[in-house]
Amino acid sequence: MLRDITLGQYMPGSSPVHRLDPRTKILLTMVYIAMIFCVRSPIWYILPLLYLVLCVRLAGLTFQQLLKAIKPLRFLLILTFLLNLFFSSGTTIWFQWGILRISQEGVFTAIHFSMRLIFLVAGTSILTLTTSPIALCDGIEILLKPLNRLRFPSHELAMMMTIALRFIPTLIEEADKIMKAQMARGADFESGNLMKRAKAMVPLLVPLFVSAFRRAGDLAMAMEARCYHGGEGRTRLRVLRFGQLDLWATLITVGGLLLVIFTGVWFS
Amino acid sequence: MPIKVEHLTHTYMPGSPFASVALNDVSLTIEDGELIGLLGHTGSGKTTLVQHLNGLLKPTQGQIWVDDLEITQKGVSLIEVRRKVGLVFQYPEYQLFEETVAKDIAFGPKNIGLSTEEINQRVREAIQQVGLHYDDVAERSPFELSGGQMRRVAIAGVLAMRPKVLILDEPTAGLDPAGRRSILGMIRQLHEAGGMTVIMVSHNMDDISTLATRLVVMSKGRLVLTGTPREVFMQQELLQSIGLGIPQAAELAHALIAEGFDLPADLYTQEEVMQAILALAKKEAKPC
Repeated sequence: MLRDITLGQYMPGSSPVHRLDPRTKILLTMVYIAMIFCVRSPIWYILPLLYLVLCVRLAGLTFQQLLKAIKPLRFLLILTFLLNLFFSSGTTIWFQWGILRISQEGVFTAIHFSMRLIFLVAGTSILTLTTSPIALCDGIEILLKPLNRLRFPSHELAMMMTIALRFIPTLIEEADKIMKAQMARGADFESGNLMKRAKAMVPLLVPLFVSAFRRAGDLAMAMEARCYHGGEGRTRLRVLRFGQLDLWATLITVGGLLLVIFTGVWFS
Repeated sequence: MPIKVEHLTHTYMPGSPFASVALNDVSLTIEDGELIGLLGHTGSGKTTLVQHLNGLLKPTQGQIWVDDLEITQKGVSLIEVRRKVGLVFQYPEYQLFEETVAKDIAFGPKNIGLSTEEINQRVREAIQQVGLHYDDVAERSPFELSGGQMRRVAIAGVLAMRPKVLILDEPTAGLDPAGRRSILGMIRQLHEAGGMTVIMVSHNMDDISTLATRLVVMSKGRLVLTGTPREVFMQQELLQSIGLGIPQAAELAHALIAEGFDLPADLYTQEEVMQAILALAKKEAKPC
């Protein structure tokens, strides 16, 4: 039942991509996004494609895994494609029927935008596929640190994210157990109209909230017992360090970005 | 109303990299009026097995009959099965949710669709069965009660369904000695006076040794041993090899035998061992 839900999509591994510093990966993902937006014509998506193939190969992933990440977006993709196809203004009209018209420019834009979307999702899912949620939180915390001067609670934010992630599987398990216990008392979660189903959730949600609050209280107590007092002056068990790998990854990615910008300027 | 389990196999998340076999070819018959102690190490499949008995889990392979009804068939009314087989989960107090104790206990009977009168009658009876007083607790919030009381209210919630078979998953876990004793007394009462078939999951040998009429021992998803407590506790080595022990009294008796004292090898209750030691002491004391 609920047990079958897997959290996130992290695929553990020890490839060079996995071993990159999470900060590098987050920043380079941004560079990659910039790269996608700099592509001027559909043909030049060949460059990000090469980059993606390189990353997937190095990370030991399969393209099926990337496709799985894109799958939930298929309706959005189709919609983007059709809207751009039929409603773009263009001069070279190939086909017209009422307000629908297909122009050369429309086809061009439709392909362009769909590609952009696909590449965005595929690239960013490489980040989440190869970085554990905890490492990701660590990376975000450090990257947001400069904002502390503006009173932005970067440590608290990261701690909250980490704790939330840590407790999702626990709460799923708990929900599964409570659900079964109520089903053993004849509760029915699966039939009836929307109103009835919403009402049927009460016997599940009340105990779940009670136990979540209890756990939160226990956790806060356990953290205080170990002298937790926020991020101030706190050292880490795993200190993040940039290494040679990070340098190479940066060179390749930034190189890719420059190449894409170059093609945009040169061939336009 | 016997329960018959035949060649039951259950795999969690079949076909995924996380697939794990929780039950492997388990066959078991439970007769009316038995009090079964289901023993096994953590992860041995006890909980998975009992969740099959009232249709919460579907077997990957195998059949289960309750009262000559094959509950593993398609189209069987599960609510009917759950009326017959009451399952009390581990730490059942965490499933309480209503505003008052009476309402919470009424949840099960209400789901079956009984009349208000019948429900009230059953709530009263169930509260009494678990050794609480209706006037004391009925209108209180279940969250105000002590841990032991909450657990009893939760058990009452299952008893109010008037099951013929009662399954309890580690009913004494996390209770203080007084709470433990009263829960065990309650189970004995339900079995002896109420004539209920009871299946009690536990890994506390002392709890189970005095209560159960028959023990069923599981390890790694398989049924390894079944018999009266006396037969089962004779197998000390086998039990220890699968991460279980024997009651402390039996352990004492075995230790004394190993020291060369002349005691019967099949003792397991405190009373028996005490009598045997006393008899021995009298015999030894006389000659000089």
